[in-house]
Amino acid sequence: MNSLSLFPPPGPDGNITLFESNNELVCGTSLGSRQKQGWEPPSLLFPRESLKPHSRPESSSKAAFLDHRDTLWMRSARAWRDSGLSGLLDEIANCTEEEVPRWLTVGCSWTLALLRWVSSFHGSLFPHLTLSSEDMVAEFSQVLDWSDCAVRAFAWHPHTDKFAVSLLDDSIRIYNSKSATAPTLKHRLQRNVAALQWKPLCASALAVACHNCLLVWHVDPTSLSTRPSSGCAQVLSHPGHCPVTSIAWSPNGSLLLSASPVDTAMMVWDVAGESCVPLQRVGGGGVTFLSWSPDGSRVLASTPSALFRVWETRTWTCERWPCLKGRCQTGCWSPDGTRLLFSVQGEMVIYALTFTDAPGSSKAAAIVADLSETSFSTSQGQVRVGGQVQTMAWDPRGERLAVLLKGTEPEPVISQHILLPVVRSHSTTSIGFVKGESGAEPRLLQFHPHFPNGALLTVCWSNGRISHVPFFFVSAGGSVLNPGGSPPWPLPQSRAVENGERLLYTEMSS
Amino acid sequence: MFNSEQNHWFVRKVIFWRAAASVAWSVLLLPVTTALFAFLSRFSLFHPIQWISESFSLLYGSYVIFSLVLLCGVVLVVGVFNLEYYTVVPSVPCTKIALLGKVLHPQQSVHSLVHSMMGIMVTWCAATMIGGRYWILAAPCSEEEGVTGQKMCLNEYYLFFLLAGAFMGYSYSLLGVVRNMNYVSFQTIQQCKYLRFKGMLPQVVRYSAVQSLYSVRNYCLFYFFFGKDSDCLLLYTKHSSLHRLDTVSGLLDFRLLYHLWLSGTFLLLTWHITLLLFRIFITEAYSFPVQSSFSEDVSQCLPKVLSEKQPLILKFLALQDLFLLSQQSLSRRMEVFSLSQPGGHPHNWNAICKECLSLLSDLSQRLVEYQEVVASNGRARPLSSHSDQRSTSSETLGMSTLIISSLMSLQILSIDIGLKTPSSSPFSSSSVNRFVGNVDPSSPWYGSVQSPHVMRRGPKLWTASTGRLKFAHVKNFLARRVLIMYLFNKLPEASSQALFADSQAHIWALEGLSNLVAASYKEDRFGVVQTMLPSILSTMLLLQEAVDKHFKLPHASSKPVRSTCCLEDSTFKTLRFALRAALKTAMYRITVTFGEHLHSVQMSAEHRKRLQQFMEYKE
Repeated sequence: MNSLSLFPPPGPDGNITLFESNNELVCGTSLGSRQKQGWEPPSLLFPRESLKPHSRPESSSKAAFLDHRDTLWMRSARAWRDSGLSGLLDEIANCTEEEVPRWLTVGCSWTLALLRWVSSFHGSLFPHLTLSSEDMVAEFSQVLDWSDCAVRAFAWHPHTDKFAVSLLDDSIRIYNSKSATAPTLKHRLQRNVAALQWKPLCASALAVACHNCLLVWHVDPTSLSTRPSSGCAQVLSHPGHCPVTSIAWSPNGSLLLSASPVDTAMMVWDVAGESCVPLQRVGGGGVTFLSWSPDGSRVLASTPSALFRVWETRTWTCERWPCLKGRCQTGCWSPDGTRLLFSVQGEMVIYALTFTDAPGSSKAAAIVADLSETSFSTSQGQVRVGGQVQTMAWDPRGERLAVLLKGTEPEPVISQHILLPVVRSHSTTSIGFVKGESGAEPRLLQFHPHFPNGALLTVCWSNGRISHVPFFFVSAGGSVLNPGGSPPWPLPQSRAVENGERLLYTEMSS
Repeated sequence: MFNSEQNHWFVRKVIFWRAAASVAWSVLLLPVTTALFAFLSRFSLFHPIQWISESFSLLYGSYVIFSLVLLCGVVLVVGVFNLEYYTVVPSVPCTKIALLGKVLHPQQSVHSLVHSMMGIMVTWCAATMIGGRYWILAAPCSEEEGVTGQKMCLNEYYLFFLLAGAFMGYSYSLLGVVRNMNYVSFQTIQQCKYLRFKGMLPQVVRYSAVQSLYSVRNYCLFYFFFGKDSDCLLLYTKHSSLHRLDTVSGLLDFRLLYHLWLSGTFLLLTWHITLLLFRIFITEAYSFPVQSSFSEDVSQCLPKVLSEKQPLILKFLALQDLFLLSQQSLSRRMEVFSLSQPGGHPHNWNAICKECLSLLSDLSQRLVEYQEVVASNGRARPLSSHSDQRSTSSETLGMSTLIISSLMSLQILSIDIGLKTPSSSPFSSSSVNRFVGNVDPSSPWYGSVQSPHVMRRGPKLWTASTGRLKFAHVKNFLARRVLIMYLFNKLPEASSQALFADSQAHIWALEGLSNLVAASYKEDRFGVVQTMLPSILSTMLLLQEAVDKHFKLPHASSKPVRSTCCLEDSTFKTLRFALRAALKTAMYRITVTFGEHLHSVQMSAEHRKRLQQFMEYKE
């Protein structure tokens, strides 16, 4: 088991982490101190001040614009459409005497009170249901402090050097290595973006989890337009399935999963046909986070309660995993899909689960890392690091794990490899903490899906900066590190083989 | 109806048993729905205890048992009809007249008739279970006197109920045609049957209740206007009925409407559950062996089964199995890539690959033909014999496509005559006139044909103008008839839907093939896949080209309105989009797997250029 005390102390203030080489993180003062090689992803800055969030509380604008002299029927119909039964009852209960008979208003207000009482009872079972939908997204998002973050979601394209960034003003920008145009995507329904993901085995489709629907954008990579029309977006919605907080494409690109903390069903979308199959499991009161294993065989689905499920995708049956402390906050899969790392709210540890097809394998989560608070003495004095895990990312080669901790500034980076596969125990060695500009906190992590020389971690910071930190290392499978030249583009399949073999038979000294 | 298709081993051994199992489960569920119905039919808000005790005593009654037996028979018949009428490739009518033809087809009439009769039976059972005033057809005219020689009157409630059953049965059958309820679509994910049923059940209940509500409304309107005639059909004379129901006050009997709605829901629910179970059972994945060491089982192996044309369900299940094995099963993939023991030929792979490729190239061929027909719509074709050939060649594409193409070619002809005949040979006029006798008057080109400019110029230049004028008059006459125009008006995008009606097969073929090719990168020890790689790539690229062209046609890329309900399966309406997505995914799967190695594959320069687009992620 690894713990934070084994980490080298974080670098001095004022320095930022530039890259990793020889298993050490190199700090420096400017980004330019490393030689360029090939395409460098642009380090972007989105200042918080330049982005205006949408401030449109529904109730206030409604009162300002609607004509109140509509007939009762019109208003009722609108209330029914806007907010369902409770809206209708509320509308009738607030009517004047001359419009509706008194008994009807009284009946409606009583029914409404009863309804609220019942829903408050339901809310006491599942406290997250009492949150407003924006707070709910902030609570269950993988982004730390989502509601105040300039960058709300980030997604690398799985095959090319292209990424999408969702910003505070509900727009999405796409940056491509091959073209200078950066299209901006805006849509009427694109509000409170909680997650983004590119469709695998496709160049153009980008799924966006929005406030009350899912959008699938088809951004033509050859188009020169900077503002694709909203006709390029497919709207996928299902009644009762909002806000959507997490989405996951199947690795073969055929299915899209979406989850909402309000809906106990997880939706399996056939995007081209715009149809969905709900997979309903009542326990847990909703689904908050989804993660599809890279080999496509399993899906992690966490709920707002102390319970998460692991679905297998052949016949879509699930295993229930009750946690003791709190809900499962985040999870990530090893590249071969056999191991799952996850963290639980309220505990400062990372658990690991191993899945094998063989029956009789032990079914218990093992603690692999302890992240409880540790103090380091640096040149500036004591620095305390530690806390709960907000999000994790495992690089596609399976050798670096980045963990974002809640409540502390720098995030630790742990190198991961297996010591003895026969006994199925794990070990991690520590690499260090990644530091950003002074005053900036990390908010979101993602690894580049196919960085040729190791791994490339993309970090979104609280000051709106998106930076990329490369980790140069030799993959134990034998591919030669050649930072100066242009190494051959590794193929995903061959890489998977290497991974599988390395994880089983080799031991890395680092 | 029991043709050679039913004697196929697969239908005998698998489909019949699956259908039987689905009917058995619906029969097993029947007591539950019946009990619920009996419970709800006695509903009274103010006497709950009496309600519950009455319902329980009712459940043990002999009437309920007898009704159950009868209902089992009904479910059995519905199951048989489901089995006889189901289809995996929907027939999409392209015009209103085609739809009308579908409704009036003799086979459909049998369906409607039998369902009406069964509707009567179900409502009879329902009426017996509810009891009270729906008990019997005749009732004493006046309640107070119990003396002999009493005059018997017609109990109109009873008649009203039975007719409602017939009406609902008929509307079930009619809506079934209009909404393609007999179309069986395959699920995108493989869930187990129980979970699928559990997930769908609430939707089915809601759908049945809503449909029953609509049926009751329509029936009440129907009865209000035609109620008097229904009496005359019976031997009972006028004035014999105790309560008149064909009046507004008579129909506004809340309890009657509630019972009617409940019985309708009960009827539709039992039938819909039967249909749902049938669909779930019939579409369950079936695992075919890839190869067999016994020669008598060879005909049941996947390569053999894939190439069979006839029971379409077999072909679809085989393709689905291919798709699943290519994704999930390493051992079965190894069997596909293996060599035959004496001889060392990759028979399995060759057969599978050949069948998939022929499916895909058939589709490209079909699309290209359709595009030619449409493209010539706007362009001049000097010789009508071309369009003649086209319409005959497209006969093989099935009824619906034939209708489209022939209508299309007629439209072309009308333009040809109208705009270009002055410059073309007058000798073609005889064949032209043969066609224009029943020209589609709703053609968008109609107006331009009739432009006065052309009309004026026509006689001067062309000697055979009198016939043309007559023809124009006929067309004018026909076009003014709103009904004909309405009937022949082409439904937008229906022709596109009809073209891709069986594309689920193509999607599986694409997915299966591309998965196998991707897997072969690591698993194919003998290199059997590599030999076919050039033809696979070129077939896919050709199809890609055809599909891209198709989506540039009007209406092809517009999204159809989707029904939200589970039972009205409109998957076929969006199959073309699914095919386009699957095709791209398949291409990317191959290019991502093989990467730069694809440069050494033999192919034409045009295809190489297209492939390069895929390799640079620019598609």
